[in-house]
Amino acid sequence: MTARTTVPWGPMARMAGRRLLAAVPVLAVVTFGVFAVAAASPFDPAKAYAGSSGLGAGQEVLAQLRENLGADRPFTARWWDWLTAALHGDLGRSASLRQPVAQAIAERIGWSALLCGVAFALAVILGTALGVLAGRRRGGRFDRAVTSLSYVLEAAPPFWLGLLAIWFFALRLGALPAGGLTDTGSDTITAGQVASHLVLPAAVLAVTQLPWFVLYVRQGVGDALTEDPVRGARARGLRERTVLLGHALRSGLLPVLTLVGSRVPELITGALLVETVFSWPGIASATVEAATSVDFPLLAALTVLATAAVLAGNLLSDLLYGLADPRVGFDG
Amino acid sequence: MTARSIRGVAATATAAVLVAGAATACSAPGGSGGAAGDSLVVGLANEPDTLSPLLGYGKDGNSKIFDGLLRRDADMRLRPALAAELPAVTDDGRTYTYRLRKGVTFSDGKPFSAADVVFTYRTILDEKTNNAAKGELEAIDQVSADGDDTVVFRLKYPYAPFAERTVLPVVPEHAAKGQDVNTGSFNTAPIGTGPYILTGWSKGEKLTFKANPGYWGGRPKVEKLTMAIIKDDDVRATRLRSGDLDGAILPPNLAKGFKGDSSKVTLTARTTDFRGVTLPTAGKVTGDPAVRRALDLAVDRKAMVDKLLDGAGRAGHGPVPTDSEWFAKGTERPHDLDKAKQLLDEAGWKPGDDGIRSKDGQRATFTLWSPAGDKLRQEHALAFASDAKKAGIKVEVQSGTWEVIEPRMKDDAVLAGGGNPADPDFDLYNLLHSSLALDGFNNMAAYRNADVDKALEEGRRSGDKDARKAAYDKVQRGLAEDPGYTFLTHVDHLYVMKDGWKDLTTQVEPHDHGLGAGPWWNVEAWQPKK
Repeated sequence: MTARTTVPWGPMARMAGRRLLAAVPVLAVVTFGVFAVAAASPFDPAKAYAGSSGLGAGQEVLAQLRENLGADRPFTARWWDWLTAALHGDLGRSASLRQPVAQAIAERIGWSALLCGVAFALAVILGTALGVLAGRRRGGRFDRAVTSLSYVLEAAPPFWLGLLAIWFFALRLGALPAGGLTDTGSDTITAGQVASHLVLPAAVLAVTQLPWFVLYVRQGVGDALTEDPVRGARARGLRERTVLLGHALRSGLLPVLTLVGSRVPELITGALLVETVFSWPGIASATVEAATSVDFPLLAALTVLATAAVLAGNLLSDLLYGLADPRVGFDG
Repeated sequence: MTARSIRGVAATATAAVLVAGAATACSAPGGSGGAAGDSLVVGLANEPDTLSPLLGYGKDGNSKIFDGLLRRDADMRLRPALAAELPAVTDDGRTYTYRLRKGVTFSDGKPFSAADVVFTYRTILDEKTNNAAKGELEAIDQVSADGDDTVVFRLKYPYAPFAERTVLPVVPEHAAKGQDVNTGSFNTAPIGTGPYILTGWSKGEKLTFKANPGYWGGRPKVEKLTMAIIKDDDVRATRLRSGDLDGAILPPNLAKGFKGDSSKVTLTARTTDFRGVTLPTAGKVTGDPAVRRALDLAVDRKAMVDKLLDGAGRAGHGPVPTDSEWFAKGTERPHDLDKAKQLLDEAGWKPGDDGIRSKDGQRATFTLWSPAGDKLRQEHALAFASDAKKAGIKVEVQSGTWEVIEPRMKDDAVLAGGGNPADPDFDLYNLLHSSLALDGFNNMAAYRNADVDKALEEGRRSGDKDARKAAYDKVQRGLAEDPGYTFLTHVDHLYVMKDGWKDLTTQVEPHDHGLGAGPWWNVEAWQPKK
């Protein structure tokens, strides 16, 4: 662990650059796909826009709305318009949120990123720690407890965990606030308030991601402990601690690094549910709104964001993989 | 028209008249919460899409940030707000003239004038404005200012309930003009004349308001108002219990949990929020008058109120609730299964081996759609189907989104809901008039009855209240004889509140209850308990 060679910044940057270039067509195709799927969906943008007041709206009003929203134009034309405008920095206007898309996202994305970031970090750190402890003695009492708990948590839906957490920590113990970004009665956003309000949603989101990391690390470390390098290290009389953290964990972590990238989509969907339960002012409500009201510009922007997050996750895991295992390199 | 009878009652005076008895008695003294009563935090299930009245926000009044020309008191009577008095109705009900209150300013200090009213209505009616509720103002031919303090509406036809529509909030022309009305900043940062000023809107989390010190109706005692958006009923109840909220709307089963809590009161809001089954006129089974009348008798409305609504509601015999002054006495239908069977027998619907009736080879069966995700409607649909089965009519309950349901509405029944308490015209005309058959979600049953049509037209054109009452009696009796919908229940809305304010009331609430519904409809007039 200690005597590490210098980080190969050059190859890493080149890999990031290549991925960035490759992302451009991917994003274009994905947005096209989103427009196509949205156009094929049975949702009527005019009715969705009208919402419950649409139940009283006559055909005439709905037809006018449809025209104003541009809902009767072919999706290919709308996609092209959106793409060219977006390339010039104009993300368009969201009809369903009644505000410009850039503004709608800007005022929400930070809170979502904070929630996801904290939860993800928590899941990785805690998952690794628990996984190592469990993998050290597979079949032991601690291992069996952690493993079965992991399977249970994996099966538990995030919103259910959220409700459970609110019931226990906010209601039974009264220790933590049940939702929102700050105390409901408070107007100013302070770091302390946000921190205390972040604990429950971030913990719940982390817990929903935790089982994967625990199980992967446990498997990886457990397997590595039976391999030759570890046996060799033990034979050389190295301390058990060094063996575990320096040898077993390092090779056992490799599959986990792949997991980091592939967990990002799951993290985003989990965040949507958690945000809704905890009234967290992130992008969740905007996403649901965009999808059900076939709000093309908003939908496209959110899709780009999600796709970018997934691509970035993959890039991150490949970079880490290359660092952890020099045999892999940065050629991908 | 009733306009002559009521003149300039001071806004504050009406609040004092409110009857304390509306609150279900919960005798414990308040004050345990510690808050001095000058701030209020309430939990709502739904967030507004916009705060711009130009796109429909607050169209039924109580918008907090804005005022309409008129407003409604606790008994749902119209009172002047930005108008100095109720409108003068002339030209056989075709011209409405409003004299405006003087000296009113918007919260940015600029004066309010007739130009703002004209701007508001003209912008809403503009075809480029994406206001889905603009059909409610369909009667307006033109709106114009006569000087700074008079606004004149000319209508396309005499329309008695028009004044009810003018509770619609008025926006300042100087602030809302010159930006895209559909997505501009006025949607999220509005300015109005109302009792509260928006201080923040964290989407998906909460809206915060502070009292408007210069409010023309007097500075509100509740200085700070927060409306938290909490979609999940259980979470809302939890946050109310933890003291995070002072009040919240709750379904009956969760409201029950606060019965023993002496620091809370439960308020039951009467509503015109109905649930009923559309019986498509084109259907071979549902279009048969005998089947319609039999279903009307076969359903056990009382059992639905007791079991599905936990007692928080009433049997519904039409869109007009039984305790409304507009309800036609004597049109209540009893639960009489034997009579229902007899009607079907007489009409030639004979039971087959499986108990399901048929007539001339047509089996007495039809499909009933219930909108997906709406548990209450689903339960109503199943209860209806089970009652119908007892009479020998098989109802297949299916669930789907509105996109699935809409193309099938011509032939299949739908578990519908709706209701606007302001005027009987709003519900009855849209549900029953044949000209609106299957027009959007109006008249979903394609109900067609010449006598009812005629009475509906009389009702909206006549300026005389007694004549209107007679017309709507005729409509409701016509509906009872030819029930093209089986109305089932009216659903109460329940609110649990911290017991910290005097004389809390609720209005009669509509189906769509935004942030203006609930005990806080008149929060600007609340007085803290000592």
